[in-house]
Amino acid sequence: MAWARQILRVDLTNGTCTNEPLNMEWAQNYLGQRGLATKYFVEEVDPKVDPLSPNNKMIMVTGPLTGTSASTAGRYSVVTKGALTGAIACSNSGGFFGNEMKNAGYDMIIFEGAAKSPVYLMVGNDSAELHDASEFWGTSVWDTEEGIKAKHGDPQIRVASIGVSGEKGVKFACVVNDMDRAAGRSGVGTVMGSKNLKAVGIRGTKGVAVEDAGAFFEAVAAGKAVLAENAVTGQGLPAFGTQVLMNVINETGALPTRNHRDVQFEGANNISAEAMAEPRESDGKPNLVTNQACFSCTIACGRVSTIDRTHFSVKDRPEYQKASGGLEYEAAWALGAATGVDDLDALTFANFICNEQGIDPISFGATVGAAMELYEEGVLTDADTGGIELKFGNAEALCTLSELTGKGEGFGAEIGLGSKLLCDKHGRPELSMSVKGQEFPAYDSRGIQGMGLTYATSNRGACHLRSYTVASEVLGIPEKTDPLETDGKAGLVMAFQDATAAFDSAGLCIFTSFAWTLDDVAPQLNAACEGDWTTEKLLEVGERIWNLERQFNLAAGFTGKDDNLPPRLLKDAAKTGPADGKTNGLDKMLPEYYEARGWTPDGVPSNETLDRLTL
Amino acid sequence: MQKSLNIDPEKCTGCLQCELACSYDNEGVFNPSKSRIKVFKFEDAGRFVPYTCTQCDDAWCMQACPVDAISVDTATGAKVVSDVLCVGCKVCTIACPFGTVNYNSSTGKVIKCDLCEGEPACVTACPTAAITYVDANWTGLDKMRNWAEKTDAGTQASA
Repeated sequence: MAWARQILRVDLTNGTCTNEPLNMEWAQNYLGQRGLATKYFVEEVDPKVDPLSPNNKMIMVTGPLTGTSASTAGRYSVVTKGALTGAIACSNSGGFFGNEMKNAGYDMIIFEGAAKSPVYLMVGNDSAELHDASEFWGTSVWDTEEGIKAKHGDPQIRVASIGVSGEKGVKFACVVNDMDRAAGRSGVGTVMGSKNLKAVGIRGTKGVAVEDAGAFFEAVAAGKAVLAENAVTGQGLPAFGTQVLMNVINETGALPTRNHRDVQFEGANNISAEAMAEPRESDGKPNLVTNQACFSCTIACGRVSTIDRTHFSVKDRPEYQKASGGLEYEAAWALGAATGVDDLDALTFANFICNEQGIDPISFGATVGAAMELYEEGVLTDADTGGIELKFGNAEALCTLSELTGKGEGFGAEIGLGSKLLCDKHGRPELSMSVKGQEFPAYDSRGIQGMGLTYATSNRGACHLRSYTVASEVLGIPEKTDPLETDGKAGLVMAFQDATAAFDSAGLCIFTSFAWTLDDVAPQLNAACEGDWTTEKLLEVGERIWNLERQFNLAAGFTGKDDNLPPRLLKDAAKTGPADGKTNGLDKMLPEYYEARGWTPDGVPSNETLDRLTL
Repeated sequence: MQKSLNIDPEKCTGCLQCELACSYDNEGVFNPSKSRIKVFKFEDAGRFVPYTCTQCDDAWCMQACPVDAISVDTATGAKVVSDVLCVGCKVCTIACPFGTVNYNSSTGKVIKCDLCEGEPACVTACPTAAITYVDANWTGLDKMRNWAEKTDAGTQASA
């Protein structure tokens, strides 16, 4: 049990919905969610496919624990070939949508083909139907979600949808569920838009069963206790959210600032968790209204915020004066430090727009940062930007561009290319702070060396959620390593990558791994699911998933040469802070990593490795 | 001592652990749609409010039931639906002013909170103590204590 044992296949070209049994042999080898959907994807899709072609597929998928009472067990992922990257994409989201899919009796929904005109899918218990979406096409995520609930007369429907950005082909469009939770990265929403699929609404009431209830409740209670007693998951994240990191990473000298020109941001404190809790002058209220949890989560790191009503971004716009999803660290960094903007209200506004129109705040903010550098260097002019003065630190420009990009209009359409295509187009490819086309998140790899290897080798392009060595290098979890040292980082990155792949395939949030190891996860899975789920098996599954993703990318045309970092991080030394004088030592770490992985010096998994992992 | 559920929305994060525990206890599967307690999110205000039956003494549901299927559990004070007697007429769902008795179409019976025979599963599951099970005569004790402290601080400051 725990798996629903059923998948829904939606042929958008022919308008049909078909139920199929889940391949349980694959479930034993790839667990669920990220791993299992990737297995289905690589079996069914030509790696060379154009991400926006009808021949690309898109899979919405839960993990076996999704829908149970295990802490954080409400996750779902979107797996496809990413529009931003052309690599395997798996974007993970919380909220309540994943639970609803499982309760409707589905482990995953496979979308294939493309609809001739806009449609949305309505899923009920063991059944689904496509509907005409012409009334929602051209509207925001927020309006679509409310509109579908109203149209079907059921406020308990859970909705995942794309904004106008995804319809217009903005390369980093997300799929947003429950108003402010997103499968955010790699342009999975762009793929959804290319299929003329506006939204998926689900109402499921079947229930989720576990194999051994007694053992499950015992393991879940033990897991919850570990989270509650841990300083990060029990105190730091509920109180401050991920924004607890802003000042910490700045002090570490690893807060990428103004398109990675600097590694520390003088305005960091103004956009930090501490600033979000500070009462503002106009109404005496802080930016932060409360924290919020995703389904089944006992950490509750989510932020709910309001914008100062007197702020230029929302004055005379009451629709943005209410509470909505607030800043998390990655978004605050990208919208703030990466662009040099330290206006908390402007960042919160841009974040609202990212949710409303479904754009990834990391890639958006980082691309604005790159465009600002192009502008300051005179490569982009007012004629290009439509008169927007695109200087670092310009809060008005940030807010204006969030709306233009969210709708794919004006210069926003250029930002919507992502930094790689934008910088290529203007003859300055070196200014794109990205790997495999995807922008870096909020950690400068000159100040946290392991993150350089993490980014270079991530299967979905630059990403912190594939191996968060920040935990070890900065926070000392599970043990402290020196962030300025390259020795030992190959093994560290590999261990984080494999464990993370297992977490991502279980239905759990990766934030549990601040407190949990796979030793805490295995008993919960073992009690909930058929099969013998041990830490060793989970690590093997994680390594198998990593190599499967790698094989797909190699077949898609990537090579070891793409496991690289922009020259700025390899040649321009950090100018301040603890990492002063440092560049990233990728050249030392990468060969060690390939060897540790059992890959050839060119980064190709050896036959022995593939045999060992039964790939 | 008779006890009551005491709900403090300020502490609720909207995680639905209460709905998971309630549905498992009653249905044997995790199924929030069959939970007897529900958490409401007031999106624009950023508020989460758990809500369930408050076990009225002179209960409208009990008065209205034409087949006497709702009775008092004398140990807990809970108004309990007998699945044997309930005919699924839904009159109680109309009579209840609070909406906390609801029809379950998969069984043809109504469902409501029965305080889990004195050990409410939602209370055990809540990670933030937003739902507690306390002396029915003193559900306001914590609020009174907080105001007492505040009042005392005010008195000291003005002294």
